[in-house]
Amino acid sequence: MALEVDIKKTVGKFTLDVKFEAEQEIFALLGASGCGKSMTLRCIAGIDTPDEGRIVLNGRTLYDSEQKINLTPQKRNVGYMFQDYALFPNMTVVKNIMAGMGKHPSMDVVQRYIEMFQLNGLEEHLPRQLSGGQKQRVALARMMAAEPEILLLDEPLSALDAYLKWQMEEELLEVMKRVDKTVLFVSHSRDEVYHLCDTVCVLEKGHMETIQGKREFFANPQTVAAARISGVRNISAAKRLSDHELYAEEWGIYFCCDRPIREDLAFVGIRAHYIEISGDDEIKERNMAEMTVDHLFEQQFESELVLHPGLENGKKMRLLMEKEKAEMLAKKKKIRIHFPEEALLLLRE
Amino acid sequence: MNALGDLLSGLDWSPLFISLKTGVVATFVSFFLGIFAARKVVRAGAKTKAIADGILTLPMVLPPTVAGFFLLLLFSTRRPVGMFMLNHMGIKVVQTWLGCIIAATVIAFPLMYRNARAAFEQLDSNLVYAGRTLGMSDFSIFWKVIVPNAGPGIIAGTILTFARALGEYGATSMLAGNIPHKTSTISQRIAMVIQDGDYMTAGVWVIIILIIAFGIIVAMNLVAGKNMKNIQRW
Repeated sequence: MALEVDIKKTVGKFTLDVKFEAEQEIFALLGASGCGKSMTLRCIAGIDTPDEGRIVLNGRTLYDSEQKINLTPQKRNVGYMFQDYALFPNMTVVKNIMAGMGKHPSMDVVQRYIEMFQLNGLEEHLPRQLSGGQKQRVALARMMAAEPEILLLDEPLSALDAYLKWQMEEELLEVMKRVDKTVLFVSHSRDEVYHLCDTVCVLEKGHMETIQGKREFFANPQTVAAARISGVRNISAAKRLSDHELYAEEWGIYFCCDRPIREDLAFVGIRAHYIEISGDDEIKERNMAEMTVDHLFEQQFESELVLHPGLENGKKMRLLMEKEKAEMLAKKKKIRIHFPEEALLLLRE
Repeated sequence: MNALGDLLSGLDWSPLFISLKTGVVATFVSFFLGIFAARKVVRAGAKTKAIADGILTLPMVLPPTVAGFFLLLLFSTRRPVGMFMLNHMGIKVVQTWLGCIIAATVIAFPLMYRNARAAFEQLDSNLVYAGRTLGMSDFSIFWKVIVPNAGPGIIAGTILTFARALGEYGATSMLAGNIPHKTSTISQRIAMVIQDGDYMTAGVWVIIILIIAFGIIVAMNLVAGKNMKNIQRW
């Protein structure tokens, strides 16, 4: 086991309570801002101290409230990349990289990191003279040069603009694949997580929702918070009626399912891409509904057709489709839609 | 004009050098003590912080004569501490140049301490955490990361400390007295010659002090301007 974390920490009204184990993999902590992702990383690095619990890295106890162990960040050998990179503004690129290399840094090693992160020619630049992408490369090089046992990345891409983000994502992926170490990756962006990570842990208001493999997480989220953060737009409170029937309260639709419905069902969801349009004369016996066209929301490559279930306090339904098709459908008043059974997400609280 | 020429050529310049020497030594001592104290206070808990900050800032807001009173109480050769220092270490503070230095240091120290503290508090704490996770010792984080990045505030503090130490009068006159060639600083000399009604000599010293003070402020603005280059102005 590479990293074991089981900690609790209360700050004011907020309580962080997380427990997970990460192998040698890219492990994502995904959640909205303020859910405790960064605090978890800071506790692992030793910047914040939990109230209780334990943290073990590769068999070495970094923190244990019962044994009264709390190593200083210096002794933890943990690499931490800050959201704003926290490069030392008074030091050149080379000096920044050497900062974590002990008293007698070898210039050969520094040179190796300069080349690995394509910083040639920038050796004597100060951080303020670098672009966002270059800053991130220096931060990565500095972290790697200290030879940490684990990498903690706190929203590494959030400080970059969209174009750069896309480019740095690839570079980051390459670095993470190459290092063969546990990487803990904190993010609020499901796209980043989808591109970069193996395992996803969803945090919601300080507690852990679920830990799943990436594919499983996106295909079959278990909780309503996990579904929301994985990008499911259509979610309705639901009541379980029997082993194979449920009622979506906010849409006013009865659904049937061949697979057994979970006992703790609280919500039902479906991705905007998976809802089908049925012709007017087409008759399918189940999982159909007729909804009023509310409005059309144009996006760059697709359009979002927003439907209203016609219920009081009903929740709108969003369908994503090709632009032309959406425009054509938007002219109609009412549309019949079909929910493929395998696309229904049965969610717990 | 001739009278001025005669005055300048016959002027005893020793107060200038005594003041400058006192200023340099007091600034040197305050620099390290002030940074050290600021570092401790920044890291302290809220209550300790409030009390320690009060004690350390007090010499700046009290009349210098009050500070002088306490210093005399401490160092007078008729009092235990002063007596002990004289008898066992051969050190005399009262009526000596050492008295000048101690008085100037006590009065000017809060300027160094407060400026350093403000500079530390403005520093991005992630820089410190980054240093720690990189395995840098707290000592090297302090001197290689914190002090350079708190630079403008620390330089401003140093210059103000020097200016204040240079002109110290109240506490110095009580502790060190006004002994020509020994403890007679510029500000003490001005007070003395004015009592004698010698406004001409006083005027010369006033001009000298004005030039030095103005030079210090200009220097401070230039240094601050250079360091602020990358900060956006409103």
